[in-house]
Amino acid sequence: MNRRKIIEEYIFKALSAFAAYSLIAILCFIILIIFIKGFGALNLDMIIKTPKGGFYYGGEGGVLNAIVGSLYIAFGATLIAVIIGMPAALYINVHLIKQKRTQNTIRYFLDALWGIPSIVYGAFGFTAMLLLGMNSSLIAGILTVALLVTPIMVRTFDEVLSTIPKGLHEASLALGSTKSEMAYRVLFKQGFSGFITAILLSFGRGIGDAASVLFTAGYTDLIPVNLDEPAATLPLAIFFQLGSPIPEVRERAFASATILTVIILIISLVARYLAKRYSKSNIK
Amino acid sequence: MLFRRLFFDKISSIWMVASLATILLMPLIIGIGLYIKAMPLFENTSVLKLVFSSEWAPSKGAFGFWPFISGSLYVTAISFVFAAPVCLFAGIYLTQYASKRLVAIMHPVIDILAGLPSVIYGVWGVLIVVPFISDYAAPFFNTSSSGYSIFAGGLVLAIMCVPYMLNMLIEVFKTVPAGMKEASLSLGATFWESIKHVVIKKSFAGIISAYGLGIAKAFGETIAVMMVVGNQMLNSPNPFHAGYPLPALIANNYGEMMSIPMYDSALMFAALILLVIILAINLVFRYFIYKTQKQ
Repeated sequence: MNRRKIIEEYIFKALSAFAAYSLIAILCFIILIIFIKGFGALNLDMIIKTPKGGFYYGGEGGVLNAIVGSLYIAFGATLIAVIIGMPAALYINVHLIKQKRTQNTIRYFLDALWGIPSIVYGAFGFTAMLLLGMNSSLIAGILTVALLVTPIMVRTFDEVLSTIPKGLHEASLALGSTKSEMAYRVLFKQGFSGFITAILLSFGRGIGDAASVLFTAGYTDLIPVNLDEPAATLPLAIFFQLGSPIPEVRERAFASATILTVIILIISLVARYLAKRYSKSNIK
Repeated sequence: MLFRRLFFDKISSIWMVASLATILLMPLIIGIGLYIKAMPLFENTSVLKLVFSSEWAPSKGAFGFWPFISGSLYVTAISFVFAAPVCLFAGIYLTQYASKRLVAIMHPVIDILAGLPSVIYGVWGVLIVVPFISDYAAPFFNTSSSGYSIFAGGLVLAIMCVPYMLNMLIEVFKTVPAGMKEASLSLGATFWESIKHVVIKKSFAGIISAYGLGIAKAFGETIAVMMVVGNQMLNSPNPFHAGYPLPALIANNYGEMMSIPMYDSALMFAALILLVIILAINLVFRYFIYKTQKQ
């Protein structure tokens, strides 16, 4: 009897350990495959040149248009998310601090919003775009991605703000500050690490998301100068190039995927570093 | 001076309320927008017929979404079969057995897995999963396959869902009070028995919820699935054949949708189906999670 228990214990512990370690293995496997395939095709031209004539038949050029387009869209969308999302998160944690129920209901809806797939945002963005008489453009892409990343922004920032001790609220109110002064001068500073994480998370999502920009941002070989021009994006560049029957173009898809992966990894590392750095000076 | 501060306070409060309200009303606005666009479709056929009919001939005006919905369900089910046990065991290991050091390593691993764009998973799927299925998996089961199949979509989706479900499962397991497990251990149960009878039992609702949310996530995933699933309508239950999930339908046809009448309405209706299903699943299971967290 006891022997059976010990064996069961042993088997399930091993199984659990295997499941946990396999995640590390899978991550390494994915990144390794992308890098091995991609670095072979990656050269400086890929990063610093826009597509030249015959690029899609294996001709010269690079994907600078898509890199810049993605950065523009991610930057614009994050900016909008900050303008709308940051005050919303502060409101939940300042004005609603006493209404626990309302707070939880709002968080509940925000979490549900987070779950809406990006293709739905894309389809809606497309509908709204037609309704407003716009063409697929940088601004349409930015607005659609902003819809996608704003709930992420609010919830991530809110997560950190909600851990701030109540004494800090009371102290700042006792010193005579108004609610918004308390929000921006005390809570914002205390939750700054969360703010940075939220920004970088939104930025990463903005760069990597394909389904929402598929309808709205369009695709072009030029680097957009105005907001009403179409913009290429890196995920779509990968997607389109991979669909090509020409081997050189497919190779470039792998190179583009490597570029995107490196960008995402850098964002992730920077987010960790900054979050750690800025939470050091917090009042515990 | 005081006036200025109060004025600023007022303005800022209004802005805060307005932005929060906008965000919370977003799903409603999206739903209404898609509904209006899809409305012409409802004039000829009922919603039920649209959802459950299998006839898909846009040029003839016949829009039956069942092949796509079933394709989505199929891919999602396969991904769930792979992802669910891995998440459960990994979650148990990380919350019950693992050393602090391993947890510290695993956090960034899970975050990066969750942060990788879906197009990267798609590329990986094309490079690894698709050849694996056409060269090894399909011959092993005595069928032939191009590799671009339901099964490939399910596998790629499974990996994409793991970090998402795992994060929630870890949260769920953490809410089980340590005292309960200790009580079970002190009664002579082994470690695994305590986990089985106390931790899993106690967090059962949470586990189901995390699974539900993972399914919702898988149901709406677009690009990665679309890259490996083959994008042909499902005609046999063989998972090594190509399928055509709902999100892929929307993403693939946006170029043509203006040239065929009603096609745009049909695609917006597809988006509406996705929105309604996923939002409903999210609302239900999130509610469960909040309930368990309160206890």
